[in-house]
Amino acid sequence: MIKEFFNQDTAPHATNVLVGKLGEVLVRAVGKPLDMAINWGRIWSLWPVHLETACCSVEFGAASSPRYDVERFGIIEAFGSLRQCDLIVVMGTITRKMAPRLRMVYDQMPDPKYVIAMGACAITGGLYFDSYNVLPGIDGVLPVDIYVPGCPPRPETLIQGCMLLQEKIKRMKGA
Amino acid sequence: MTTQLPPGIQLEKIDDRIMTLNVGPQHPGSGHMRLIIKVDGDYIVSCDPDPGYVHRGEEKMAEYRNYIQNVPHLERPVIHDSSNILYPYCLAVEELLGIEVPERAKYVRVIAAELNRCIYTLYWLAIYGIFLGHSTMFMWPAGDRELFIDLLEAMSGARVTHAYLVPGGVRNDLPANFEERCLRQVDYFEKRLKEYQAVFYKNPILISRTEGTGILSRTDAIRLGTTGSVLRASGVNFDIRKKEPYDVYENLDFETVVMKEGDSYARSYVPYLEMFESCRIIRDAIRKMPKSGSVRTKLKPNPKGGNEEVYKRVESGRGALGYYVVSNNRPEPYRVKISVGSFRNLICMPYLLKGELLGNMPAVYWSLNYWPVEADR
Amino acid sequence: MSSENDKDGQPSETTAESSENAKSLSKEDAKKFYEEKGIDLSPDAPVKPRPIPPFEKSISDKVASKFGSKVTVDYVRESRIRISTKKEDILDVAHFIRDELGYDHAESVSGVDYPDSKEIEVVYHLGSYTDEKLASQVLTLATRVPREEIPNPGKDSSRMTSLREVFYSVEFHERECFEMFGVYFEGHPDNRRLLLPEDWADIPPFRKDFKIKGR
Repeated sequence: MIKEFFNQDTAPHATNVLVGKLGEVLVRAVGKPLDMAINWGRIWSLWPVHLETACCSVEFGAASSPRYDVERFGIIEAFGSLRQCDLIVVMGTITRKMAPRLRMVYDQMPDPKYVIAMGACAITGGLYFDSYNVLPGIDGVLPVDIYVPGCPPRPETLIQGCMLLQEKIKRMKGA
Repeated sequence: MTTQLPPGIQLEKIDDRIMTLNVGPQHPGSGHMRLIIKVDGDYIVSCDPDPGYVHRGEEKMAEYRNYIQNVPHLERPVIHDSSNILYPYCLAVEELLGIEVPERAKYVRVIAAELNRCIYTLYWLAIYGIFLGHSTMFMWPAGDRELFIDLLEAMSGARVTHAYLVPGGVRNDLPANFEERCLRQVDYFEKRLKEYQAVFYKNPILISRTEGTGILSRTDAIRLGTTGSVLRASGVNFDIRKKEPYDVYENLDFETVVMKEGDSYARSYVPYLEMFESCRIIRDAIRKMPKSGSVRTKLKPNPKGGNEEVYKRVESGRGALGYYVVSNNRPEPYRVKISVGSFRNLICMPYLLKGELLGNMPAVYWSLNYWPVEADR
Repeated sequence: MSSENDKDGQPSETTAESSENAKSLSKEDAKKFYEEKGIDLSPDAPVKPRPIPPFEKSISDKVASKFGSKVTVDYVRESRIRISTKKEDILDVAHFIRDELGYDHAESVSGVDYPDSKEIEVVYHLGSYTDEKLASQVLTLATRVPREEIPNPGKDSSRMTSLREVFYSVEFHERECFEMFGVYFEGHPDNRRLLLPEDWADIPPFRKDFKIKGR
């Protein structure tokens, strides 16, 4: 190989191969730890958008109350701009009037972003399956990562949903 | 008098100074509704509320379900005050179907309604606190609220959406030792409430943000048809529990809280004082309640209402809550109209926010005791 | 109902028999079955004679004597009075109710659709804060507007005079009634859409001919 490397005719090609191989080795050596590091950072800073869409927001509020204290899992009740958020918890019913706004909020968030559909209404329309103004689930509007069932889900269920999301992020590709 | 302006320089027109802001539906300061606010500098020139982001057509759905099937979805507009939103519906259906409610059930309903009023008011207080930047006032009521939720969970089996009140009484009897537990909780809660006074209501920051903002005079409160704590904070002594007592409220000992100031501070203080009255009602109801007996009159399968209409109202956490039910000899109601306190208080928003500082918007908005999901139905 | 519940259980011989028995129940047996369970099968909503309370009667008499044949007193019950009138007269009646009787605010404005008689009823529930005696009273003022087969909200004949001048508090309630039933309120400054989405192109949803999904 070294002989080929010094051979003027085949040199450019061989150099490319060598650099490519070195790169692969580098990615193998660094990539996995790098992914882990990036994902580790993402797991512990899931900042949700403050978007209350319906009655499930009461239980979302209860989840950050002292008894359930969702902050100990690194999910912080956010009051900042949605451009600093990477999690959107859709709390309940999405109506036809709200759907474009929901998408608008989602589009403004920076990548990577994750979606939790909370409550039966956000999953399938729930109790309002036959209402004229309610979407039958938000899957048509947003790509959902985690479904949290219940009407409304207990705060424990929401916390479990958030922990499942953390598990999911751990297994995702980092960069 | 006209002054000669240098060439190339124009006077600023008033329209150029005015900026339109969309507050909501994604905004921490407004719930699931939008306020289209026009500001001149820091002052609000006009406000146009745009509700309807959670309009789910409850009233239309009620026309397709029978009187019992309607119970679970009609409590959803205010799930943290679900006993009170079901109360007038139960009263209306009982009158339509000619059902007598057992004496014990009436007391149990009152206890459930008052516990729920505390739950609602504590949640509202938590939100009011956090939107004024007072984190302690989020944590304390949110934590104390859980204790009331435990009581209701013991009564009904569900955390918030219990559908405990049904036409004909309540769904099941009280659990064993409930009275003791409830009294212990009420005693603890009254002590706790006095601490709120020191940390929140005497806080100079809260006082400076809320006192004198969004003043609603007595005449205007009546003219705008406001209700609930907004009305009572403006000096009108009107509480349906006193004026048109339903179930057993006439036998119970409590007072109506009235304040005269009509500003945001008074509007936030009235619900707080009403929690003391709720504790009194609960204590009194437990003392006067018959110790045993039936709690539910069984309904016939698929009952049909007569050819008439009923309008029943109760006092909920947000004010008068009325159900207008029209029936036409069918198992389903012909029309259900829910007249809710939040929707009636919506009219205050453009009125109160005009001329106010933009920074005072959350203080005024949340003092109206407004829950958008209920207003949209 | 009981037979359906039995089917869901384990398919043993006994349940199969009982479900067959339940199916073949005659009307009398079914009656007996319900009586044993303590369920009463007499006609629903027994019609009880209601006494007419004197105070409420005096209020309704005032309206009736002032307007004569223009108004109809539909019922007088405890704390509830219902008066219906023609849509041309509603402004006068409302003025009288506010100025002479002392009702000062509207609690709700509801529409009720009656496709059979081709009318939409608009119902105002009026209450009083200022008069102590009237605090428990709710006066129901109803009127009827024509209903179009094919509605064109704001442009067709279903319209009436707005009561906003008389009761300021009806502002948002009338806006809701306009979008849900297509009743246009003349003289209302703000007949815009309130709750429905901006791009709503269907007929007003609370009309009876608007069917919801799967029903």
